[in-house]
Amino acid sequence: MSLRRLVTLVAGVLAVALVATACGGGGGDDQNASTISSEWGEPENPLIPGNTTEQNGGDVIDALFAGLVKYDVNTGRPSNEVADSITTTDNKTFTIRIKPGWTFHDGTPVTAQSFVDSWNWTASGPNAAQAQSFMEKIDGYDEVSTEAPTAPTMRGLRVVDPQTFTVTLKAPFTIFPLTLGYSAYYPMPQAFFQNRQAWEDRPIGNGEFRFDSRTPNQSLTLVRNDQYAGQDKAQVQRIQFRVYSELQTAYDDVISGNLDHVRAIPSAALGGGRWRQDLGAGAHQKEGLVTDSLGFPLYDPRFANPLVRQAISMAIDRRTIVDQIFGGVYTPASGYATAAAQGFVPGQCGELCTYNPDRARQLLAQAGGFQGPLTLTANSDGGHDPYMQAVANSIRQTLGIDARYTPVPSFQEQRRLANSQGFTGLFRNGWQGDYPDIETFLTQLYRTGASSNDYGYSNPAVDAALSAADQAPTVQAADQGYAAAERLVLADMPNIPLWSRPVIYGNSSRVASAEHNPLNRQVTSTYALNPQG
Amino acid sequence: MGRYTLRRLLQLVPVFLGTTFIVYFLVWGLSDDPFAGKCGQRACSASYVAEMTQRYNLDDPLIVQYLKYLGSLLTGDFGQTFSGTEVSTLIANAYPITIKLALVAVAIEAVIGIAAGVLTGLRGRGFVDNLVLVSTLVLIALPVFVTGLVLRQVLGVELGWIRPSVPNNPTIGQLFIPGLVLGSLSMAYIARLTRTSLVENKRADFVRTAVAKGLPRRRVVGVHMLRNSLIPVVTFLGYDIGALMGGAILTEGVFNIRGIGGLVFRGIQQQDTATVVGIVALLVIVFLLANLIVDLLYAVLDPRIRYD
Repeated sequence: MSLRRLVTLVAGVLAVALVATACGGGGGDDQNASTISSEWGEPENPLIPGNTTEQNGGDVIDALFAGLVKYDVNTGRPSNEVADSITTTDNKTFTIRIKPGWTFHDGTPVTAQSFVDSWNWTASGPNAAQAQSFMEKIDGYDEVSTEAPTAPTMRGLRVVDPQTFTVTLKAPFTIFPLTLGYSAYYPMPQAFFQNRQAWEDRPIGNGEFRFDSRTPNQSLTLVRNDQYAGQDKAQVQRIQFRVYSELQTAYDDVISGNLDHVRAIPSAALGGGRWRQDLGAGAHQKEGLVTDSLGFPLYDPRFANPLVRQAISMAIDRRTIVDQIFGGVYTPASGYATAAAQGFVPGQCGELCTYNPDRARQLLAQAGGFQGPLTLTANSDGGHDPYMQAVANSIRQTLGIDARYTPVPSFQEQRRLANSQGFTGLFRNGWQGDYPDIETFLTQLYRTGASSNDYGYSNPAVDAALSAADQAPTVQAADQGYAAAERLVLADMPNIPLWSRPVIYGNSSRVASAEHNPLNRQVTSTYALNPQG
Repeated sequence: MGRYTLRRLLQLVPVFLGTTFIVYFLVWGLSDDPFAGKCGQRACSASYVAEMTQRYNLDDPLIVQYLKYLGSLLTGDFGQTFSGTEVSTLIANAYPITIKLALVAVAIEAVIGIAAGVLTGLRGRGFVDNLVLVSTLVLIALPVFVTGLVLRQVLGVELGWIRPSVPNNPTIGQLFIPGLVLGSLSMAYIARLTRTSLVENKRADFVRTAVAKGLPRRRVVGVHMLRNSLIPVVTFLGYDIGALMGGAILTEGVFNIRGIGGLVFRGIQQQDTATVVGIVALLVIVFLLANLIVDLLYAVLDPRIRYD
């Protein structure tokens, strides 16, 4: 066969194939009509409540499970869900009664034992669960959390009867009931403990959606649970989570009607408020629990003087950066907590977080100036480059020191530097609150030796203030105590608050409602489609 | 021919061992703390580190780790990712999509590239020649992701002719634009290669002889000129097939194609050795086989080339 004939043949076959496939599209839309599709990413760990602390896994876990407490979709205020009552007399031992009638997707009842077993599994060292530290306040945690546990279960958990159990903490923790809405505290059925592998392939929860199918690295589908015992029943038949590698593609898909929900808005669309024009009524924004800040490596003697740290904070023009880079959508920080957190006090940081070039220069001069270049580090795979550059410019222009942005390639590298105390200058910190209380912005970050205290910060007065707040008689008093601790930390300025990010997301025109709560978790019970006309 | 093929196949073994070892070494060498970033904004707990170290044999010397990995790989066990998914499942899901995309891209670049090359090569200087010259220059100058983003924005968002993203089980039609983007650079090279090669052969002795024998022009061009001129083009195409089978990180990212390129990229980012080494092992074999096929094709195209 001559080559030309071969080429003609190939071209012909290709053309036929193209025409054939073009005609073949458009089938299988019956399911589409009752499915909401959402942008998603591969979870980092198996889909087990106690082993999930990141967003992708968390969104699916939240749809599959219901906890003792739920957070209001708009305000984030906690209220009982599976719990009938959570009572205590000393803020140390809590008696939790659960409502009757709740079942898992396999039909077995949700009992006090389900919660106790799940929490013990998460705390146990050999299970290597990501959310292990959420159990650390429970009495007996230290014996089970090591690599070779000396006790099988935590002695602080005791089943009283099938509907009741008690939790004894190591020390009083007044806001404990409020934290119980976090996904690490969800119950798991006996099926998990009998055959973990089978359960991981098809997770069984007690939430408003059941697991349907999953193709790793492509999509995961949930279907409505008609036996759901809670009040917020699912409205839509199916939810399909689709894996996207780039947010911009998902955003374009929502605009052109190929996807129903995108969990964030790409920064290119935020500038100039373009996303509001693109999405119209589908553009949503509410107060959230996410903050950006710049930490100091206090192990570097150049940053030992608090005046230097305060001067740098006052040299950052937060308002202008927010307006120019984030289209005014973010809120310049006035403290470590955000307005969506219970116990939030506005203006905690005062003039220390207010742009004031003269005062900043004055403070720096008072501290004896700053030696050498000031590096600002962030991971360049997280979209931080534009604002990190802007912050570096702001510091350089105000203080006249050699401030430069020095990115590292990945989040992994950023964490390696943090874990090994290897930073030589300011480093970017992103923090997502786990529950809507001011405490979530403080204890894990500023207590001596806390798990996310990457600064090496230690102030006995702060530790004492936090402990006092933990043991306050009422939740209100506890929140006031945390706010007082926050003021102490801010005066030391180990970490410069930059701004808080609101929860922003977009829906396609097919969708009647698809909401996130202030914790930026998808609230799948709100998902509903417009009636088709 | 048979012995030559066998020898080439045997060469696969050391190349396979060498590349997998280097990749294994490099992925672990990326960072001295394999658990950095695995637990969010904090260091991983001691019990997590202990458990994972044991599960992935991290406390063995590197060579022992590698041999253990290779042993299970040879029994068909690609291992698991940190999220507990079988790597073989990931590959099985992603590879058909990558192959489809690669074939569409190669078909597009071969058909359009060779056609443009033949057209300009035979005509010589003139309007068409200049047009192809300029348009190939533009394609070569533009990075693939620019072409991709522009086409996605214009055709997908503004005009609505295509979906901005490719669905999970794409048809050939849905892969046409991504294939065009992916193949655009090579298409330009092929057009130029074909043209140059044809122009050179135009003055060759065997062409003059064929014309002097009084053969019809179709036969002179189609059999004598084109067949000889296509040898460098086939070399290039063969290399390109091998490269495209390795996935296309940028194009896959722009159109959200769930192929092998994105999988490797994510594996490297997360330092997921099992994913990266498993896929690279596969890609090495595919690339070597594609090259072997090209080498064998030479003999078909040019009777002067003989193996053995």
